[in-house]
Amino acid sequence: MNTFRDQFIGTWTLLKKELLRFWRVAFQTVAAPVITGILYLLIFSQVLGDRLEVYEGINYLVFLIPGLIMMSLLQNSFSNSSSSLIQAKIMGNIVFLLLTPLSYLQLFFAFLIAAIVRGMFVGICIYVIAMFYVDLPVEHPWFVFIFAFCGGGLMGAFGMIAGIWATRFDQMAAFGNFVIMPLSMLSGVFYSIHSLPPMWQKISHFNPFFYMIDGFRYGFFGQSDTSPYLSLMIVLSFFIILSFITIRMLKSGYKLRN
Amino acid sequence: MKKAIVFKNVSKNYKQLKAVDGISLTIEKGEFFGLLGPNGAGKSTLINMMAGLVKPSNGSIDVMGFNVNKEYQEARHSVGIVPQELVFDPFFNVREMLRFQAGYFGKDKLNDKWVDEVIERLDLTDKASTNMRKLSGGMKRRALIAQALVHRPPVIVLDEPTAGVDVELRQKLWSFIKELNNEGHTIVLTTHYLEEAEALCNRVAMMKSGKIVALDSTKNLLKEFSLKNLKVRLQKNSIKKITTLLKETPFLQEDDWCTFKLKKVSDASNIIEKLNSLKIQILDLKLIESDLENIFLKLTSKN
Repeated sequence: MNTFRDQFIGTWTLLKKELLRFWRVAFQTVAAPVITGILYLLIFSQVLGDRLEVYEGINYLVFLIPGLIMMSLLQNSFSNSSSSLIQAKIMGNIVFLLLTPLSYLQLFFAFLIAAIVRGMFVGICIYVIAMFYVDLPVEHPWFVFIFAFCGGGLMGAFGMIAGIWATRFDQMAAFGNFVIMPLSMLSGVFYSIHSLPPMWQKISHFNPFFYMIDGFRYGFFGQSDTSPYLSLMIVLSFFIILSFITIRMLKSGYKLRN
Repeated sequence: MKKAIVFKNVSKNYKQLKAVDGISLTIEKGEFFGLLGPNGAGKSTLINMMAGLVKPSNGSIDVMGFNVNKEYQEARHSVGIVPQELVFDPFFNVREMLRFQAGYFGKDKLNDKWVDEVIERLDLTDKASTNMRKLSGGMKRRALIAQALVHRPPVIVLDEPTAGVDVELRQKLWSFIKELNNEGHTIVLTTHYLEEAEALCNRVAMMKSGKIVALDSTKNLLKEFSLKNLKVRLQKNSIKKITTLLKETPFLQEDDWCTFKLKKVSDASNIIEKLNSLKIQILDLKLIESDLENIFLKLTSKN
C-alpha cells in the first residue's frame, strides 16, 4: 500500500517544502548571513590584512575566506533544521507531518538534505562575493565538497536534535548563543591554532568545529593545522553519531508523539 | 467485511492519571459515529492514539484492519484527521499546503485535480492562493478539513470541527460531512454540540473519566433514556399554593413556568386534573421531549 514510489514522493515533497520554507524568507535566511560573513571579511581584512600571514605565501584575507564560508555554512545548516522543527512544534503544525505515513528515516533525510542545501547555498554566496576581492585557490575540490557536505549534515542533524529537544524559543536561542557561536568562533576561523598558547591548542583539539574548518581550509590551500584525514575521520564520526541519535529520537517519537 | 476502527482494551496513563481507561470499541465501515464527553473525558486522547500522535499504554488500535503502531504507514493512509486546534503553516497558501499534504502520502501531480475539487467543495476557491495566516477562523477550519481529505482516506475523524464556527458555516460543514458519509466514508465526530451529534450520528459513545459510559445508536439512547417533561405556566401566587398542596409531585420552577418530570405520559393528565381540582388556572402548557443533552447530562453528572 505504501510503495517505494509513495515513499520517494513523500520524502521529495517534504524536502521541497523545507527548501521553499527558507527560500520564502531568503532575506533573513540567506542575505543576512551572507552580509554578516562579508562584514567579518571586510573588518578583519582591513584591521589585520597586511600584518598577518598565517600560512606561508597566503594573505590573511585569503586565509580568512574558507573559515568564514564554513562557519556560515555550519551555522545556517543548524538554523535550518532547528528553526523548522521548533516553529512547527510551537505553532502546532508539526501535527501535519506526524499524521502522515512518512517514516522516521524519510523525515531525517528530508530535513538533513534541506539543511545541507541551505548551508551550502549561503557558503557559495559568500564564496562568489569574495571572488570579487581575492583570487582564492582550490587545491583539492573534493575535500572542499566532502567537508562542506559532512559539516552541513553534522550540523543539520545537531539542529534536528535541538529542535526536537527544545520546547521554547529561548531554549533554542541558548543552543545558538552558548554552544554553536562559541564553538564556531573558537575553532580557528580567524586564526591558526598554532598561534595559540599550548594549552589552548590542546583545548582546540576537543572542538569538532576546528576539524570541520581546518579540513575545509585544506581543500583550498593544501595546508592545514592538523592532518585532513584525521579531520575527516573525526567529522565523519561526529556526523554518524549525531545522525544515529537523531534517528533514535525520531523513531521513538521523543518529545514529538506524546 | 473489515471493521473501520477497532479499539481493544486501550488505555493511556499519564503518571497517576488514567486519561483513557480500558476502552474497547468497534466502529463499522460507513458509520457516522459520535464521541461525546465533557472536557477531560479522554476523547482527544483516544483520537490522538488512533492517529499515532500518542502511544497507548495498553491495548491495540486497528484502522481498516491495520494496526496503528505496527502497520502505521498503511493505517495512516486510511485515515484523515481534522485536529481540534486551528494550526497552520504560516509560510504557504491554501493550495500549496494541500498539495504538500497530499505529497506526504505519496500523491503526485495527478492528485492536483482532486485537491482543486476539495478546495471547491469547501468553498475555498477564492482563498486558494491566500496565505494561511490571512484566513479567518472559519476559513482556517475549512482548510483543515480539506487537509484531512487530500489523500482520499476512507476514515475521517473530526475532532470538534465546528468549535468556534458561526451557525451558517456550521450548517455548511454539517451538510458537507453528511455528503462524505453518503459517499461511503466512515466518519468519527467528537463534539460538544449535542444537537450536532443528534442530527448527524447514527451511533454515539459517551465518555467520562476515560471510560465509555454509554454506547448505542442515537435512536436507542434517546428511547432508553427518554424522559418527558410537562411544563405549565401559572400565575405566581398559584405557584406558592401548589408548592404546599402538591408535595408528592415535585417540580422545578423557572419564573412562572413549572416543570414536572413524567414517568409515563398519563402522568400529564393526572397533574392537569390535580391543578384543575385546586382551581389553579393554567396559562400555558408544553410537553417537552428528552434530547441527547438531557441524556448526556444525566450520564456524565457526578451522581
